[in-house]
Amino acid sequence: MTHILVTAKLVPDLVEELEIAESGTALDMTWLRLIINEFDDHAIEQAIILKERSGCEVTVIAPDQEGMDDVLFTAAAKGADRIIKLVGDFEEGVNNHALARTLAASTKEIGPDLILTGVQGNDDFDGSVGPYLAEYLGMTYVGYVAGVTLEGDKAIVHKEYPGGLIAELEVTLPAVLGIQAAEQPPRYVAVSKVRQMMKEASIDEVDVLDLDPSGGLEISSMYLPEAAERAEMLDGDEEEIAARLVEIFKEIGVV
Amino acid sequence: MAANEVSHSPSFTKTFYESLFDFADGENIKACLQCASCSGACPFGYLMDFPPGRMIAWMRAGIFDEVMDTDTVWMCISCYACTEVCPKDIPLTPGLMTRAKEELLLAGNVPTELQSALEFSQRYGNPLGESPRKRADWAKDLQPEVPIMRKAKRPVDVLWFVGDYPSYHPRVQQSTIALYKVLNALGIDYGILGPEENSDGDTQRLAGEKGLFEMLAEKNGKAFSRYEFNEIITTDPHAYNAIKNEYPQLGIEYPVKHFTEFLAERLDDLKPLLKGNGEVKVTYHDPCYLGRANKVYDQPRALLEAIPGVELVEMSHNRTTSLCCGGGGGGMWLDGFQWEKAHVRLSEWRVSEAVTAGADVLAVACPYEPPRFEDAAKMVEGAGNLAVKDIAELLADAMEG
Ligand code: SF4
Ligand code: SF4
Repeated sequence: MTHILVTAKLVPDLVEELEIAESGTALDMTWLRLIINEFDDHAIEQAIILKERSGCEVTVIAPDQEGMDDVLFTAAAKGADRIIKLVGDFEEGVNNHALARTLAASTKEIGPDLILTGVQGNDDFDGSVGPYLAEYLGMTYVGYVAGVTLEGDKAIVHKEYPGGLIAELEVTLPAVLGIQAAEQPPRYVAVSKVRQMMKEASIDEVDVLDLDPSGGLEISSMYLPEAAERAEMLDGDEEEIAARLVEIFKEIGVV
Repeated sequence: MAANEVSHSPSFTKTFYESLFDFADGENIKACLQCASCSGACPFGYLMDFPPGRMIAWMRAGIFDEVMDTDTVWMCISCYACTEVCPKDIPLTPGLMTRAKEELLLAGNVPTELQSALEFSQRYGNPLGESPRKRADWAKDLQPEVPIMRKAKRPVDVLWFVGDYPSYHPRVQQSTIALYKVLNALGIDYGILGPEENSDGDTQRLAGEKGLFEMLAEKNGKAFSRYEFNEIITTDPHAYNAIKNEYPQLGIEYPVKHFTEFLAERLDDLKPLLKGNGEVKVTYHDPCYLGRANKVYDQPRALLEAIPGVELVEMSHNRTTSLCCGGGGGGMWLDGFQWEKAHVRLSEWRVSEAVTAGADVLAVACPYEPPRFEDAAKMVEGAGNLAVKDIAELLADAMEG
């Protein structure tokens, strides 16, 4: 049976306004609310779809961040067979180099046939997790995947290119796929099912002693976007506005 | 949409049927006459594969699982029209229809639009997906300040449960501020929970998400228990219904009134404050969860009649036969789905009735309605001049004269 490992992480929830920490180089974590990286959520969904279609075993692995237990139990309620939490110094956030190294170490022990991860996250300062993970594992990586079919030791994947092009690629397993979108939107699980999982399922914990962020970027300063010069608002009726627009276009040389 | 995970075992019908006996008067279902009054009264009965009466027939035949293969159950807007007319007093809305949605939801057969409202409620405590920290932002610039319990640190007479749409929806915030003015004018000693308030959860419950309802109710119950107050008032009839009829089953028991009941008790104090704004014909839309579900019909009308210059006219459907605005039972979050199935909007039907009744103003008492009816008024011929106003807004306007 194909064993699929999904990696997930939590990222800042943009429902709250982001604030910069006093250090000026990171987000202020006090008010930060974390949410599952939407692309990882799609990776989980894709794994569950494959399980339903081809009878795979699904494991979800994720770093210990505030709220991660709920995310893992939700994944179990959707059908994940095993949920694993990496326990270490993740609260302040780690870069993707460190995360990928840690995930790679655990992945080697778990020995999956296929690894799915979200293609990107809104806190990816130093590149996305998938390619690093593939590199540390010495596996093939395909990103921007929207659709996976398993055929023996191969996966047929659909990869999206800009301009609406879609390629169908055959990938020999094991491999890492960066999921852009699952074949259907992530499903809803009733709260009662998640609560039941909290009673029945257990989260396996893996201790992470060292986090190695080397190779990542050093952030020298972080700031909120500053309002640039104010736009010029054109008043008047349609005729006047249109005439003024043409004038401006001529002035700046676009017509 | 396939409900492929719903159990198709013969025992499913039996288990489901027996689970209905747990509701108040639930066993009445055994006495169903198959008169079909329910299906006839249902505003969407004509396009449901299984309106309530037919559902019962299928259950009796032992093939209820087929009901679970359709998605038209999601057209049920929990409006109580069927329950109101049933000669055998079967709790069709809170029992049968809600249970059917629960089973669909457990099987993952949930329209996507509804899914996000439920996810938002789970995550942020409101179905709109707004920041819980901003729940009291509507009150930010108001003077006198709106007392927030955590900061006020004192007992109050009345805990005002503001609700989701009254807190966050830009149009409904206007009604909220109107109610604030009325409460202040009457000198009521009140406070709000602010960020500690969560969605009442009632509409989520009626959309089949019982676990989510319980989770939200527990959070509100905890917040209530932190403070001292004599009673709760709600802006929203759904919150009123939840706190009055559902929360006690979870051990959360507080006296609660809808704001129209609360104000109607203070009519003598209120009347001298109302100056009126000239002659105006007003019609009142009974919201399902104030009217049919809780039998509050007279107090809102008494408030309207207290306004000098108001002539109250009735629409052809009123009181027990009032038409749902289409927003209940999850309908608020299923506009696209409903449109796809029905190609009509119940809110437009209601607005046409208001026009036919010759009203200048359509008065409402439920926060779902101002945005729904105002949108509908843009679509209905002759409704161009119809104003949609919450009763609280009409009272506040009349005070300013
Ligand atoms: S109205 Fe009541 S008795 Fe008549 S068919 Fe419906 S459920 Fe049965
Ligand atoms: S509650 Fe309203 S919408 Fe639902 S079945 Fe009954 S009449 Fe129809």
